[in-house]
Amino acid sequence: MTTGPATATERLQRLLALVPYVVSRNVVGMEDTAAAFGITERELVDDLNLLWCVELRSPDPYCPIDLSYEGGEIVVSEAEAIDRPLRLGVDEACALLIALRMLAELPTMGAGSALSRTIAKLEQAAGAAAGPSAQVAVQVDHIAAESTAAQVADALRRGRRLHLAYYVHGRDEATERDVDPMRLLVVEGRSYLEGWCRRAQDVRLFRLDRVLAIEVLDVASDVPASAEHVDVDRGLFRPSPQDVHVVFELAAAGRWVAEYWPTEQVEELPEGRLRVELRTPDTQWVRRLALRLGEDAKLVSPPELAEQVIADATAALSQYA
Amino acid sequence: MSRRKTERLLSLVVCLLSARRYLTATQIRAAVPGYPDSFDAFKRMFERDKDELRELGIPLETGASGEEEIGYRISRQAYELPDIRLEPDEAAVLGLAARVWRRAELAGAAEGALLKLRAAGIDAEDLTQPGIEPRVQTPEPAFGPLWQAVRDRRPVTFGYRAAGRSAAQSRNLEPWGVVNRRGKWYVVGQDTDRQAERVFRLSRIDGAVTFTGPPGSVTVPPGTDVRAAVRDWDSEASAPRTCLLRVRSGAGYGLRRHAAAVEPDDEPGWDRVELTYSDASWWSEHVASFGADVVVLEPTDLRDAVIGRLKGVLA
Repeated sequence: MTTGPATATERLQRLLALVPYVVSRNVVGMEDTAAAFGITERELVDDLNLLWCVELRSPDPYCPIDLSYEGGEIVVSEAEAIDRPLRLGVDEACALLIALRMLAELPTMGAGSALSRTIAKLEQAAGAAAGPSAQVAVQVDHIAAESTAAQVADALRRGRRLHLAYYVHGRDEATERDVDPMRLLVVEGRSYLEGWCRRAQDVRLFRLDRVLAIEVLDVASDVPASAEHVDVDRGLFRPSPQDVHVVFELAAAGRWVAEYWPTEQVEELPEGRLRVELRTPDTQWVRRLALRLGEDAKLVSPPELAEQVIADATAALSQYA
Repeated sequence: MSRRKTERLLSLVVCLLSARRYLTATQIRAAVPGYPDSFDAFKRMFERDKDELRELGIPLETGASGEEEIGYRISRQAYELPDIRLEPDEAAVLGLAARVWRRAELAGAAEGALLKLRAAGIDAEDLTQPGIEPRVQTPEPAFGPLWQAVRDRRPVTFGYRAAGRSAAQSRNLEPWGVVNRRGKWYVVGQDTDRQAERVFRLSRIDGAVTFTGPPGSVTVPPGTDVRAAVRDWDSEASAPRTCLLRVRSGAGYGLRRHAAAVEPDDEPGWDRVELTYSDASWWSEHVASFGADVVVLEPTDLRDAVIGRLKGVLA
């Protein structure tokens, strides 16, 4: 929601929603209503007073809205023409419809679920405002086996521990571990299991398309109270003090690196070249990235890692000699 | 000041919604408190008020009853959200959907929609399935203007740095749709300079997106499937090919997990892994990333490409 005091039109929108909110529920508590609108009870009282004071002067003066809020309960007895909410705007209708259609792609949401019914009802209520939503689509990665997602959802529902065979990309290793599931995240088009890894004794994210095998164990999940959710809205991968600071100089053909991974800093160089700074806990991953990039990148720092990459490439080439 | 303005706008909405016929500016001025005494000042303020109501999506109609001068009203039918009732499970997915945009471009719109639906009597609480948290992000600054262009059917121009290009080029586009694929946003449309359908990645748009025509001036060809257009562009289909690799035992899991066949090699400590691939350039980079754990046996062009990559590291 917006921060700071609402503008006159923002407040008007709220007032136009507040009246039908009360009318459709006959009677509502002050506290619940303030919470539903994200305002304080004091602001709510001010809103109600403003509504109550509305006066039209012609042909004869009259007050179109009558309400009371005695004893912490709001009742609207007269609402004239504003007892129904305003229609959904194009952005509003489309924001919800695009999101609902994205959810419908998730295997765990299930076909024929509440989603398709909700989409149909919302399309009908929105009318023409729903139109442009057909021109926007969010596709969710289908590489992740649907059965993996279904097993994760099942373990979450029943509060069970999972056993995973998991491919660690940076180290090119297959690992085995028990995980107590916390959430199923879908971020940047990919699905992740967030869980308490019993091997690492910490919260970890597992990309579902890198799960080699999964089994729901007949053991109750036991996530420690101290386990903290990853803040999805701040990006999945947060830098840590142990991270290595890596600098690449990328040729134009290697610029995609800056689009794919979170960078600390990006600087344009002549001829479309790019200097990027990354932080990562995983030097193995950096070495593999440097090999992949070949002449499209030069690893500038740290120097010992750059030397290691030269050694990696030399060793690999020696096998073709 | 702001409170008085809110009061005036609210009175204006109630007045126009209650009116059974078009009200002239003079009638509105007489009925709605808060306008200045001078008629010119009133006219200016009333014009601004009309614009602000329309920006909120309030359908302010202009017309005249019979011989009278031009007037205004708001039709209740055009104003009101039609009746919508949701079952508890439907209301729950609606709550989940509204959270999808959190902190992204349409977050405010989703919140606004939820507010109106709550006002219609729907309790969209977070009764969602345990622990499912989907998000869409819009870090690309071009998303906002391109969504508006698609929504309003307006042509645009922008600077674009194509893959591997060192400088941005100016492009002119009639946008048909925006699509998020694998977490990246793309815009699809008719490139009016090249007279052909084109797909652009938003993260490669350099600088501002500017509208070059009025709303409604773009026609989306009937039957356009924007998702399919991006999918086809992203996965340039070439025929799948087979390769044979030597992979060190206990290494190369990233290759083995997609292998068609794995057999022990004649040399101890190595396996022979057979795989299929379609994008030759991407595949050679992928194979090179395994360094000394993988040796390409066949085909020759893949072998040469991987050697070229590795030599590039030493260059």
